[in-house]
Amino acid sequence: MEMPAPNAAILSRKTQIVERLRTVLPADAVIADAAETRAYECDALTAYRCPPMAAVLPANTAEVAAVLKICHEEGVPVVPRGSGTSLAGGALPTADCVILGVSKMNAVLETDYENRFIRVQTGRTNLSVTGAVEEEDFFYAPDPSSQLACAIAGNVAMNSGGAHCLKYGVTTNNLLGVTMVTMDGEVMELGGAHLDAGGLDLLGVICGSEGQLGVVTEATLRILRKPEGARPVLMGFDSNETAGACVSDIIKAGILPVAIEFMDRPIIEICENFAKAGYPQCEALLIVEVEGSDAEIDDQLSRISAIARTHNPVELRESTSAAESAAIWLGRKSAFGAVGQVADYMCLDGTIPVSTLPRVLKGIEALSEQYGLKVGNVFHAGDGNMHPLIMFDANKPGDLELCEAMGADILRLCVEVGGCLTGEHGVGIEKRDLMGDQYTPQDLAAQMAVKDVFDPAWLLNPAKVFPLDSSQQHRIAAE
Amino acid sequence: MADVMLRPVDEADLAHAISSADGPLRITGGGTRTLVHVAGTPLDTSGLTGMELYEPGAMTLVVRAGTPLAEVEALLATENQRLAFEPPNFAPVLGRPGQSTIGGVVAANASGPRRLQAGACRDAMLGVRFVDGAGTIIKNGGRVMKNVTGYDLVKLLSGSNGTLGVLSEVSLKVLPTPEAEATLIFEGQTVSAAVDTLCDAMGTPFDVTGAAYVAAGKKTAIRVEGLSASVTYRQAELQRGVAAGFEVLEGASSAALWADIRDLAPFVGRTGDLWRASMKPTDAPGLIGALDDAGIGHDAILDWSGGLVSLLVTDGRRAGGELIRAHVAACGGHATCLRGDHRAYPPQSPGVARLEAGLRARFDPRGILNPGLMEA
Repeated sequence: MEMPAPNAAILSRKTQIVERLRTVLPADAVIADAAETRAYECDALTAYRCPPMAAVLPANTAEVAAVLKICHEEGVPVVPRGSGTSLAGGALPTADCVILGVSKMNAVLETDYENRFIRVQTGRTNLSVTGAVEEEDFFYAPDPSSQLACAIAGNVAMNSGGAHCLKYGVTTNNLLGVTMVTMDGEVMELGGAHLDAGGLDLLGVICGSEGQLGVVTEATLRILRKPEGARPVLMGFDSNETAGACVSDIIKAGILPVAIEFMDRPIIEICENFAKAGYPQCEALLIVEVEGSDAEIDDQLSRISAIARTHNPVELRESTSAAESAAIWLGRKSAFGAVGQVADYMCLDGTIPVSTLPRVLKGIEALSEQYGLKVGNVFHAGDGNMHPLIMFDANKPGDLELCEAMGADILRLCVEVGGCLTGEHGVGIEKRDLMGDQYTPQDLAAQMAVKDVFDPAWLLNPAKVFPLDSSQQHRIAAE
Repeated sequence: MADVMLRPVDEADLAHAISSADGPLRITGGGTRTLVHVAGTPLDTSGLTGMELYEPGAMTLVVRAGTPLAEVEALLATENQRLAFEPPNFAPVLGRPGQSTIGGVVAANASGPRRLQAGACRDAMLGVRFVDGAGTIIKNGGRVMKNVTGYDLVKLLSGSNGTLGVLSEVSLKVLPTPEAEATLIFEGQTVSAAVDTLCDAMGTPFDVTGAAYVAAGKKTAIRVEGLSASVTYRQAELQRGVAAGFEVLEGASSAALWADIRDLAPFVGRTGDLWRASMKPTDAPGLIGALDDAGIGHDAILDWSGGLVSLLVTDGRRAGGELIRAHVAACGGHATCLRGDHRAYPPQSPGVARLEAGLRARFDPRGILNPGLMEA
């Protein structure tokens, strides 16, 4: 993955730049020692590493503004970092950049149950937002699988999703407002505890902008009362087509489950060997979860099971208790870990129209044979968000490159059938060079025009999202 | 002398109309929602009609922007689905003869009572195709539910009222129409008691999909929707808890009540300035109280648990409008003047205004798309 060559003029001024940063932050919040900056050399896309020139850990919005003002004046690129759990390389540094980490900013600023919102500093982790309100039986809905570690800052930057977005939506649907600092150090408020924008929906474009438009320091988030209960049904089918048709029939019947998860045979086998969840050996498994009171859950599950029966399931198991629910979820929740036990893997997250599922799975199978790499599929089937896991051997020379090439082909297939490159992980560097497969030069120019407006000097996370050749003119014009 | 009017019939035609325009364009769909009269050549999008794709099993609809809203809703009804955000029809209250288009709904980000639970129009939007002020055709988003590929210009275009680009096609997430609905209704609460009740109802686990208060008649209304047994259960639980003493409206009478709240039916045919203010629900009674204290004649409909206050200011219009804007600005939120002698859109902070101006300059470099419409 190509990154722009570091700017030698910036590197030569490192001492002076670090000194300036130390005038606005406490001594321990500016990290410039080569041994210590190594801690920030990568995010969860660990194949790519590059220690930053320096890292700063501001404690509040004013400190963020002060840092950005200095970096703006010095012409230093800034890469914002939440918890560093990005699978797309969204927080990958360049050698001439300052990493701006929000990990010290994790306070709850305001909790309001009547108006159903919480305002937090964005270094707070996703799960601890729910942790702050669960005493009152409330929760924050978006639940990316890294929720124990990932920060709200990163969730906002990537517009993170999760397993339950079929009912609750993704980050952008649960984000009411932000405090944001632009690259020149100006602090602004977008949205708030009220709904919708009075003017242009700038909040909507900030969410998912991958830290390229501003640094979001505080966020106002919708909190919801927890449902009375939730239980899944597990169903096994003898073909992917049948499982896909069943998903479509459930939705057409007017039932809106909170989650529909799909696993294919390779994943079922690996998970079963690892977690011993008692899954049937079959071509496709669905886990469909619904919410409500016990009686409401029974009503929905019986309707879903009736639909499933018309597709001749090889297994149909409605949960009737918390223990049975846990058993059904056990395999799915351990899927990534289970695959990690048998191989190195790369996790893609292209989204497809649900109706094209059989075609896409066949295409992936063909690519798997062509490249000689095994693939398993776990999939948020309700919303079409695929997670093909390509298994490879990181110690085998050339295997990573082979895996990346195959991943690119899978994502091109997703685009070809009417889907997209990334459903919830973001573009980062990982999918950057595939953007031209989904968008025309005009489509990309429109997006880059937004960056020109928010960050005219192209200093915020500049080498991400857009193919380097297409962003080059913008970056050069900014210098 | 007849005005020149542009009425493109497809996207290429639209692009040509914009690129070859030599002056300001006044963009209209059905002409039912535009709040400000813009001087310019009319660009009528009602020729861009037709459904591109409808997959009920994937809850996805792709439709050209000029398609009448009524046609979209009728099509969805054949599959027992609907637009979850419940777009309002303001033609009667604004006295407009036209028929609303789906593109107009999106351009205005127009959402009704269910916005509170199911999200706004912008939240249902999956993708757009549009033509910018230079005549360039641009797409963003797509037709799938989850998509974080690049910047979300879909949200930016939703609610931009044609000032950044003219929509040619929109993709929407649609939802099943539930089997049943019921409304719990009570007459006689004060506005602050009502907002307390509505907030309590929103804090229950019963997925309330409507929470409103109509000042005339002092009616507090709470709606639940879903499977029949579930609606019965939830209305009983609400009556046992936060809505003690409330009566039940079912089926068609419930639906009619919410259509009236959505379309501001109690204000239809009455003179006065019309305002919509978005704020924290618990700040709404303060706004009503401030208008009362200042002796401003008004009628109010509170939706979104109190977070959306629609006002008909019948007396003291100048002072009333200034009070509404100042009050809302002080407590956090924004107020739009749908009708009256005030700027339609609220002023923005200097930083936000600068970004908005910057975006307009890039998407509409000649300043020809509904110029000035959203500027405060």
